[in-house]
Amino acid sequence: MRGLAKRFGEKIAVDGISLDVPPGSFFGIVGPNGAGKTTTLFMATGLLRPDFGTALVHGIDVWAEPLAAKKLMGILPDGVKLFDRLTGEQLITYAGLLRGMDRDVVASRVGELLDAMDLARDAGTLVVDYSAGMTKKIALATALIHAPRLLVLDEPFEAVDPVSAANIRSILDSYVASGGTVIVSSHVMDLVQRMCDHVAVVAGGRLLAAGTIDEVRAGASLEDRFVQLVGGRSRTEGLEWLRTF
Amino acid sequence: MVAHLLRLKLTLLRNGFRRSPWQLVGLAIAGLYALGLVGTLVVALVLLRTADPALVQTAVVLGGSAAVLGWAVVPVVASATDMTLDPARFTSFAIPMKQMLAGLALGGLIGVPGLATTLVALATVVTWSRGVLPVLGALAGAVLGVLTCVVVAKVVTTATASLASSRRFRDISAVAFMVPLVLLGPIIAGVGQGISNSTAFLPDLARALSWTPLGAPWALAGDLHAGESGPAALKLLVSCAAIAVLAWCWKLLLERALVTPPYAGTGKRKGSRLGLLGLLPAVPAGAVMARSLTYWFRDPRYSGSLVVIPLLPVVLVFQGAQTGDYFSLAFLAPISAFIIAWSISADVSYDNTAFALHLATGVSGVADRLGRALACLAFALPVVVVFAVGYSGFTGDWTGLPGQLGLSLGILFTGLGLASVVSARYTVAVPLPGDSPFKKPPGNVGQTLAVQFGGMLVLLVLVLPEAALVIAQLVTGNGLFGWINLVAGPALGLVLFVAGVRLGGKWLDARGPELLAQVAVNR
Ligand SMILES: Nc1ncnc2c1ncn2[C@@H]1O[C@H](COP(=O)(O)OP(=O)(O)O)[C@@H](O)[C@H]1O
Ligand SMILES: [Mg+2]
Repeated sequence: MRGLAKRFGEKIAVDGISLDVPPGSFFGIVGPNGAGKTTTLFMATGLLRPDFGTALVHGIDVWAEPLAAKKLMGILPDGVKLFDRLTGEQLITYAGLLRGMDRDVVASRVGELLDAMDLARDAGTLVVDYSAGMTKKIALATALIHAPRLLVLDEPFEAVDPVSAANIRSILDSYVASGGTVIVSSHVMDLVQRMCDHVAVVAGGRLLAAGTIDEVRAGASLEDRFVQLVGGRSRTEGLEWLRTF
Repeated sequence: MVAHLLRLKLTLLRNGFRRSPWQLVGLAIAGLYALGLVGTLVVALVLLRTADPALVQTAVVLGGSAAVLGWAVVPVVASATDMTLDPARFTSFAIPMKQMLAGLALGGLIGVPGLATTLVALATVVTWSRGVLPVLGALAGAVLGVLTCVVVAKVVTTATASLASSRRFRDISAVAFMVPLVLLGPIIAGVGQGISNSTAFLPDLARALSWTPLGAPWALAGDLHAGESGPAALKLLVSCAAIAVLAWCWKLLLERALVTPPYAGTGKRKGSRLGLLGLLPAVPAGAVMARSLTYWFRDPRYSGSLVVIPLLPVVLVFQGAQTGDYFSLAFLAPISAFIIAWSISADVSYDNTAFALHLATGVSGVADRLGRALACLAFALPVVVVFAVGYSGFTGDWTGLPGQLGLSLGILFTGLGLASVVSARYTVAVPLPGDSPFKKPPGNVGQTLAVQFGGMLVLLVLVLPEAALVIAQLVTGNGLFGWINLVAGPALGLVLFVAGVRLGGKWLDARGPELLAQVAVNR
């Protein structure tokens, strides 16, 4: 990503973020709520046109050759609806067919994905009747169907139960081990520290630090380092009344 | 606390405008419409000041009863009463019940319908300014009447809210309510005929209603003016008692609603079935077509318009039977073609942010456009042909059929092409996914009207050749024009269809991200 920037009216959501994600890395983007993670990933994946800057995927400019770039990417965007009047199985199939894949390939992959996401029993349920965690998982499955080289996942573990999260993590781990690249955004430091090998810290639309986990945390725990970088942890005293019950 | 709730309501309203100035335009339009209506009614009520008291009594009681009935029925039919002060949202705050009731009731008056009802109700005070007692009666009646309206609406919404939170019920009821709504015209006409057959009908009806909670508050002033203080006192009692009972019901329902979390319906289909996705060709356009068709049947926002189609001939035949002239039936096929074709002009707006999937997968704009248009065409084509042939069969005049078919198919294809372009470029305000088709859509009503009217005008120009051929046949009586139309209409339409899909696809490829950003504003 090169100098990505976006403003919404008065508000500058992303203020020039440049970031190199090494191929084959498991890359975490962390930042407080409203840091601009979602906006950045939208711009990097061709869903939101940046005001400045651009993004390259394996050398292909996302905004100059969107089709070629999108073939390489699997995207789990945050905060968008799904075609939720389809059943889970139909939705994944739909994503596969939209990408022009062969029907038989799609069918076999859909079955495996549903098993891997622990959704096989609910394959015939409308997505609108899914729980939040199930919805996340089915959205993740639609991002995986075409075997992309780069996975961009925005808050993939939100509302997902621990068992499914562990399953997804092992899927992602073996994906990275076989050469795939994963970018995840999260505000849960612990998860990122355990899962990722690289990390970038974003706050207020700017990049504060980036590198391997060990480089960024510089001896401290990632969480402490994060608080140190982002600041704003002044509220340890005050709120005395909270102890007056 | 009551003041808090009121302020909350006002803040919600104001923040709504901050999100999109178009919403202000929408409110202004609704406001102007209401203002016109209210103005007319107020002027009428003021003029009635000098009219015959018996007539005034009948008019005021009937009008008032209709208003109460409206407040009771509209929320169910429309689910359009906004749920910004939905009691379920206050579950986690411990607000004393009494204050909550008062706050919610007064909050119900903020907004166009509440203000309009209040103003008109207060105008009856002027109507009855023929003495001290009638004025006091009218004032009390106005207050009680408006209160009845608000409380009855609250009872109905709260009672149906828990039921309405089951998705299956909402889906089915939204579609089912379409039927009486479409048939409203014939129903009203039938009632109107009944009324004109008996002149004593209306005064009798008013007299009967004035003893029910619907009409009692509105009858107070008239009774007092006529010197019948006994009946007036009884009616005051009826009205107060009704409000007390309604408020009590509301309190019970609210208490129940606050402790019962909304029920989420689950509908499970057994086994693995792909439905249309497994049947249609496994190419992007085929997938889009399958998905769109699935939505036409499964999403009440689409299927709601689907059930209207078979009702159209019913309405027109009924109208024809009343006037003895079935001429309007001639428009059935062309109008249906237009309505169905134009319905996909808001397709991307209906997708809302689910459209991100199309963008993320990089499906080509042409495949997207073509799939949606073909899905619509799949049922529109048979419907239009059946309507056109049916009309000729009905009238027994087959000479007009080729022209009819030419015009209708021309409109259908042209409309689909134009709608493909429009929905690739403009978003309009539509109910969000999962919302009732009757729900007041969020966002730019002004742009919606501009896009819809602009698009229709363009369509009108584009189908001028077909229309001209039909007129030529009507004027000259020469059947040849009809046969020309039968060839030229579909041919011209298909050319425009292909051009529309192409152009719409090109625009979609170029402006997909902007379109997503536009629909994301209303989520
Ligand atoms: N469509 C939008 N219009 C206006 N402001 C937006 C929009 N999308 C995001 N923002 C603002 O941009 C900032 C960054 O948001 P986001 O990228 O969603 O943060 P994160 O995902 O890191 O929590 C927030 O302050 C948010 O309010
Ligand atoms: Mg986010």
